[in-house]
Amino acid sequence: MPAAPLLELRQLAKSFGGARALRGVDFDLCAGEVHALLGENGAGKSTLIKIVTGAHQPDAGTITVAGTAVADLTPAAARALGIACIYQQPALFPDLTVAENIALRLESGGALRRLDWTTRTQRAQELLQRVGARIAPATEVRRLSMPEQQLVEIACALGAGARIVIMDEPTASLTQTEQHLLFAVVRELRKSGVGVIYISHRLEEIFALADRVTVLRDGESVGTHPVTAMDEAGLIRLMVGREVKQLYPPSESAAGETVLALRAVGCAASGVRDVTLELRAGEILGLAGLVGAGRTELARVLFGLTPADTGEITLHGESVTLCSPQDAVARGIAYVPEDRRRHGVVLEMQFEENMTMAIHRRLFRGGWLRFGAERALALEFIRDLTVRCAGPTARGGSLSGGNQQKVSLARWLATKPKVLILDEPTQGVDVGAKSEIHKIIRRLAKEGLAVLLISSDLPEVLGMSDRIGVMRGGTLCAILPGQSDPHAVMATALGTAAKGTA
Amino acid sequence: MSRYFRELSVVAALVVVLVAMAIFAPAFFQPQPLLSLLTREAPTLVVACGMALVIIARQIDISVGSIFSVVSVCAGLLAARGWSLALVLPAAAGIGALLGAVNGLLVAGLRLPSIVVTLATMVTLRQGLNMVRQGEFVNMPDAVQWFGLPQASGQWLLLGAALALLVVLGVAMRHVSAGRFVYAVGTDAEAARLAGIRPQRVTFLVFVFIGALTGFAAMMNIAQSPQVQPLSGMGLELKVIAAVVVGGVAISGGRGNLWGAFAGLLLLACVAPALTHLHVEAYWEKAIQGGIILLAVVADGLRSRKANH
Repeated sequence: MPAAPLLELRQLAKSFGGARALRGVDFDLCAGEVHALLGENGAGKSTLIKIVTGAHQPDAGTITVAGTAVADLTPAAARALGIACIYQQPALFPDLTVAENIALRLESGGALRRLDWTTRTQRAQELLQRVGARIAPATEVRRLSMPEQQLVEIACALGAGARIVIMDEPTASLTQTEQHLLFAVVRELRKSGVGVIYISHRLEEIFALADRVTVLRDGESVGTHPVTAMDEAGLIRLMVGREVKQLYPPSESAAGETVLALRAVGCAASGVRDVTLELRAGEILGLAGLVGAGRTELARVLFGLTPADTGEITLHGESVTLCSPQDAVARGIAYVPEDRRRHGVVLEMQFEENMTMAIHRRLFRGGWLRFGAERALALEFIRDLTVRCAGPTARGGSLSGGNQQKVSLARWLATKPKVLILDEPTQGVDVGAKSEIHKIIRRLAKEGLAVLLISSDLPEVLGMSDRIGVMRGGTLCAILPGQSDPHAVMATALGTAAKGTA
Repeated sequence: MSRYFRELSVVAALVVVLVAMAIFAPAFFQPQPLLSLLTREAPTLVVACGMALVIIARQIDISVGSIFSVVSVCAGLLAARGWSLALVLPAAAGIGALLGAVNGLLVAGLRLPSIVVTLATMVTLRQGLNMVRQGEFVNMPDAVQWFGLPQASGQWLLLGAALALLVVLGVAMRHVSAGRFVYAVGTDAEAARLAGIRPQRVTFLVFVFIGALTGFAAMMNIAQSPQVQPLSGMGLELKVIAAVVVGGVAISGGRGNLWGAFAGLLLLACVAPALTHLHVEAYWEKAIQGGIILLAVVADGLRSRKANH
């Protein structure tokens, strides 16, 4: 191992509002090494990447690049230091050619400088050759496939003289052959002395490609090991291995009759396939899985946003088609979406306006708004869900994350649903509000609601669910009992439990 | 009251202008010329109500001027053929609604940007009308002008109808579900969709609605003269959009109300007569109106900047 590593991070910490994303991460990267970064959703991988590329400033800790400590890293400074990041979705200009895209990243100078097209094309050609891409520099980027675009990104990074290349889930949208092509490029990079930080959920890739692996858990680095010294079970243990620190309210409900049943449900457009499950009244069914496993997509199928095109959905034993949110609402299905700031709450609208949005037809018969009834209902929910706000006329945007989530929840509870789908209900919510929301969910289940709880927070799924469905690759691959072993859930989500069938 | 600060500031500006006129040119307030001025603006007010809805829903319709002209000519021809007013009036609104539905289908159905769609229909309708009619005027039977009433009564009727429409729509926007849905869709169409509202349907209906209102406004216009001028709606879209924007309806959707649009329209409509009474050259009219629009837009820009920081 060379004396001064290319990149050295010591005790890096970063908080967003009250949430601590990183709390003391150590990491180092040597020249000519592929160093894998592994961790659950929300373990802090993306925050770490954003700090290294200068998009975020750390609250504490040091960054050392090739032996020199750097402070106040900006995106431009990071680029100048030879740090490049290849994202899952390449950020190229689709209407410009490959050569122009490369030139935009690499050339500098005034807006009126003379362009040297010959050199431009030649350089593009050369860089593309280095990454083993058979792409003509004059091709428009829109005509390239996703992996080809990634290769162009890598070519840009090389052209900029990058010594540290970060790859964030580069194979997520690639086919098998494309993956092998990419692996070859990564190995080529390693041979030429570039340090690669490789982020992936796919353990087999890490074993195939990486020299060392660092595992992040809850914003901390829990160990760096040579890959040869690890096996899959060991990695999973590192990723998950934690005591359940938080206490979840105990399950009090007994599951009743089946409310919602899916048989081989699929939706080609959103990648959901062959999902079979039953959801009973009074039950919380947790949906675990990695980002992109198809959990939100399944929820959107059930809410009629992307209607199912295969299989059968039955509600209370009756076969139904759910082609629009209106269908779903009419059938008693409610969906509290993830990313409430964008989809759950209209920030400019008042609490009460937000809250009654889905129940106009029932609350305001004849279409005439009765502000008194609206206000009374809003006050009822503010009390019931302990929403902390300036009152029913408070704007959605003035509420904290947890309280916005309660607005979104109140809107759907007001529809008096039979099935409640919660998508990441506690994401970005502080600890206090989180446990309040957990209690509310429990209470709703006790009152007989069938709850489908999607969460990337593994302890939450484990602590809250009566049963746990695990999704992978757009389908439900297992249903595990509540209180399952976290390692088993993670292994199923990663696909290592059912090896050889993939 | 900060919620209605924007609307109130337009009203304040209007009051300032009116007070200034009362001091420097009291002749402005002679009843008959004032009534005529307001009656002339009555059709514009009706279209402005529709435009406020469209802009609150985060769309725009620049084809209203052409729809206005087409409906005017069609209604004039029907009246000239001896149709009674009781038939011509709904026919006019119907033709307008139909043309609006074309816009609505293209915007909501094909999800095309409304500025391009209505630019296309604006040019197409205008040129189509020119081709068919060659700029010919339509002479109408006497029964149409002022609906066969004495001029003053006719003027009061038109003005009353426009104001009644304003009040009904203004109240409806706040007190009826559909009104709130328009705001919701204009603020955040995706959030509205996830709340079970159909944004595309709201968008479509808003275009149909402004079409119908424009047809109705065209009727109110041809009732004011013995002839139908095929160019009568030229530039109407700009006038109406200006009034709505000055009145505090955010061009980015979701914010504003009809009362503000009404105040904005009055403010802009005052400029020309005020200049006449103050013996300023009429060339200044457009410059001053432009200045008012600029001021309103800058004020909105500063507000939203402040809100984002």
